[in-house]
Amino acid sequence: MGKLRQAAIYGKGGIGKSTTTQNLVAALAEIGKKVMIVGCDPKADSTRLILHSKAQNSVMGLAAEAGSVEDLELEDVMSVGYGGIKCVESGGPEPGVGCAGRGVITAINFLEEEGAYDEDLEFVFYDVLGDVVCGGFAMPIRENKAQEIYIVCSGEMMAMYAANNIAKGIVKYANSGGVRLAGLICNSRNTDREDELIMALAAKLGTQMIHFIPRHNIVQHAEIRRMTVIEYDPTAAQADEYRTLAKKIVANKNFVIPTPVTMDELEELLMEFGILQADDESIIGKTAAQLAAEQAGALAAA
Amino acid sequence: MSELTREETEALIQEVLEVYPDKARKDRAKHLAVNDQSVEQSKKCITSNRKSLPGVMTVRGCAYAGSKGVVWGPIKDMIHVSHGPIGCGQYSRAGRRNYYVGTTGVDTFGTMNFTSDFQEKDIVFGGDKKLAKLIGEIETLFPLHKGISVQSECPIGLIGDDIEAVSKKAAKEMDKPIVPVRCEGFRGVSQSLGHHIANDSIRDWVLDKRDGQPFEATPYDVSIIGDYNIGGDAWASRILIEEMGLRVVSQWAGDGTLAEIEKTPKVKLNLLHCYRSMNYISRHMEEKYGIPWLEYNFFGPTKIAESLRAIAAHFDEHIKEGAERVIARYQPMMEAVIAKYKPRLQGKTVMLYVGGLRPRHVIGAYEDLGMQVIGTGYEFAHNDDYDRTIKEMGNATLLYDDATGFELEEFIKRMKPDLVGSGIKEKYVFQKMGIPLRQMHSWDYSGPYHGYDGFAIFARDMDMAISNPCWSKQTPPWKKQPELGDSTAPVAEGELKKVA
Repeated sequence: MGKLRQAAIYGKGGIGKSTTTQNLVAALAEIGKKVMIVGCDPKADSTRLILHSKAQNSVMGLAAEAGSVEDLELEDVMSVGYGGIKCVESGGPEPGVGCAGRGVITAINFLEEEGAYDEDLEFVFYDVLGDVVCGGFAMPIRENKAQEIYIVCSGEMMAMYAANNIAKGIVKYANSGGVRLAGLICNSRNTDREDELIMALAAKLGTQMIHFIPRHNIVQHAEIRRMTVIEYDPTAAQADEYRTLAKKIVANKNFVIPTPVTMDELEELLMEFGILQADDESIIGKTAAQLAAEQAGALAAA
Repeated sequence: MSELTREETEALIQEVLEVYPDKARKDRAKHLAVNDQSVEQSKKCITSNRKSLPGVMTVRGCAYAGSKGVVWGPIKDMIHVSHGPIGCGQYSRAGRRNYYVGTTGVDTFGTMNFTSDFQEKDIVFGGDKKLAKLIGEIETLFPLHKGISVQSECPIGLIGDDIEAVSKKAAKEMDKPIVPVRCEGFRGVSQSLGHHIANDSIRDWVLDKRDGQPFEATPYDVSIIGDYNIGGDAWASRILIEEMGLRVVSQWAGDGTLAEIEKTPKVKLNLLHCYRSMNYISRHMEEKYGIPWLEYNFFGPTKIAESLRAIAAHFDEHIKEGAERVIARYQPMMEAVIAKYKPRLQGKTVMLYVGGLRPRHVIGAYEDLGMQVIGTGYEFAHNDDYDRTIKEMGNATLLYDDATGFELEEFIKRMKPDLVGSGIKEKYVFQKMGIPLRQMHSWDYSGPYHGYDGFAIFARDMDMAISNPCWSKQTPPWKKQPELGDSTAPVAEGELKKVA
């Protein structure tokens, strides 16, 4: 068995984790890599571009139908899509009920026990829910699972806050389980000096911006057809971007314990790039009426 | 037997605390005290109702135990669903000997275990649908049940199931009360919070259901609250109340029914046996309905007579005469019991460690037999319980709150009581040390111990334990002379003295 590499993709909700992961995995498959995607999100939408389906049958969904997870076989939950990519979704409850975190734990335990990580496999990618809200969503980075983490982010303030918070989570598990931060993937939102900003953030976190993926409509065109860009239009320039990312990840050796920054440091960085204005202490906690009165007073004094 | 002076008792506490690490010693020191009858408020001498320290072998239970096991469980014509994984319900099933009259599985359900038997998928997807389904199944299979209580186990609180919504909807469809109880085990420091939560759920979901409905009242209507009818205790109490001329409208939780709870706000006086577990609902009825409540103690003839007179003081001459008549009637029987057992028990000492009431309530019964309680303590009492204990216990006796396994063993080794009154977890530890132990939670599968009838049984049982010749007839292995070549070497002399 070649050395299996397991990677988890984290990032703020809506940043494009699932799209980026599937395009990246498609690019890896294209160069002959044996890859599996494990969706760790109750929405179960991490594999649709590979399988051309709405949402695949999830481990927990099938377990609920069958009675318990012990009643399932691996074939029931695993589908094979574009380029021989193996796809599994952990699944979970609808919003507002039950415990989605426990669903992720149960599903991953099931995959391990059933031998889903077979000898041929070279890469496993875990596509994880935006916020690591509880222990369940940290399951993919615990011992003996994902060893490298990629954070998808953009030059927007909240995406960078989230990246920093995720880095904090990685530190905890880096010390106990050996997981490492492997880089930031910038999924561009076309903000000003976005590449420089993410490189600066990466430097502060002690890692690298592994690739800058420009924004392009073709990603949406492919998505509407439930396809990756790689499959939809292999000649597109955007497809080459994902291929480049794939190659960089194959060659990546830059695995670090991140050095998350304080809120103040992060805000300084954002101010440096003009994303955040410096706090004006004189206006904090004042109502519109108070401010108007002060302004009138200042005018009168002048 | 040994009676320690105040200084000796204080020294004993210090010696026992000695082995703890600093932080634990500081904490445990607050839970151990030498009794001083002149202290008015127990908070000046002892701390209670605090989180137990990890590793000290506390014998406390959890909030679920307090609600399902104590307050709700004995209500016999309701079905109490242990909502969550199977263990909590199964291992607490029928363990508390709450006797009741009825046909189990038809119109009463006390010794059965109803559970939603949570599986992995119920945790992940939530258990609300399962709860709704099982309520429907209960209604089909056990149509004579009068209502359902949903006793939450830990996972219910963790995954945030909306059991209130399910209960309300199903109650409307079934036209029977369904009471959601948020008694998840991780809440609070002991079973005590479970009692409180259960009381609150009775207040919010049951108690006012017959407000404004006609009721044929008499001036002599009372309720018996907080007697769990262990081994028939409530029955032995009720006959005395009725004999003195009062009408018992409701009796709960022991051998109790939903209808009785609902009718309780109609009574003139609430008679409260277990203050710790049911004071909350008694106070509520005092505030809302203006019903006074009275704590009574039916352990041993002295306390029974005191209590009967205190109850009668709330009523007219007819009842006062009734109380005297009851006391006089049972007096010869009590004298005979005491004449039989006191000569054998006179001067014997007892140490107690029970839950939240009996560590003070049974003292009088022992004293009626000429015995003396030299140490007592509670698993889950609050300071108002210790306030009530200080006056019952002699000066310089030992008080221990949420005692640790180590403390209890050391205190008992050193004070050498003739009898220990505690629970199943303590029983074999001390019996193996050669000290008789009677279980004071379950009455050691005997009982009743309440009332005049109960006292005769209590006296017999205590005598049976203490006067049993077995304690002097057996030689523990470590005291035997080792035979030549015996591989089990004798223990050091120092160790021997400690246990001896």
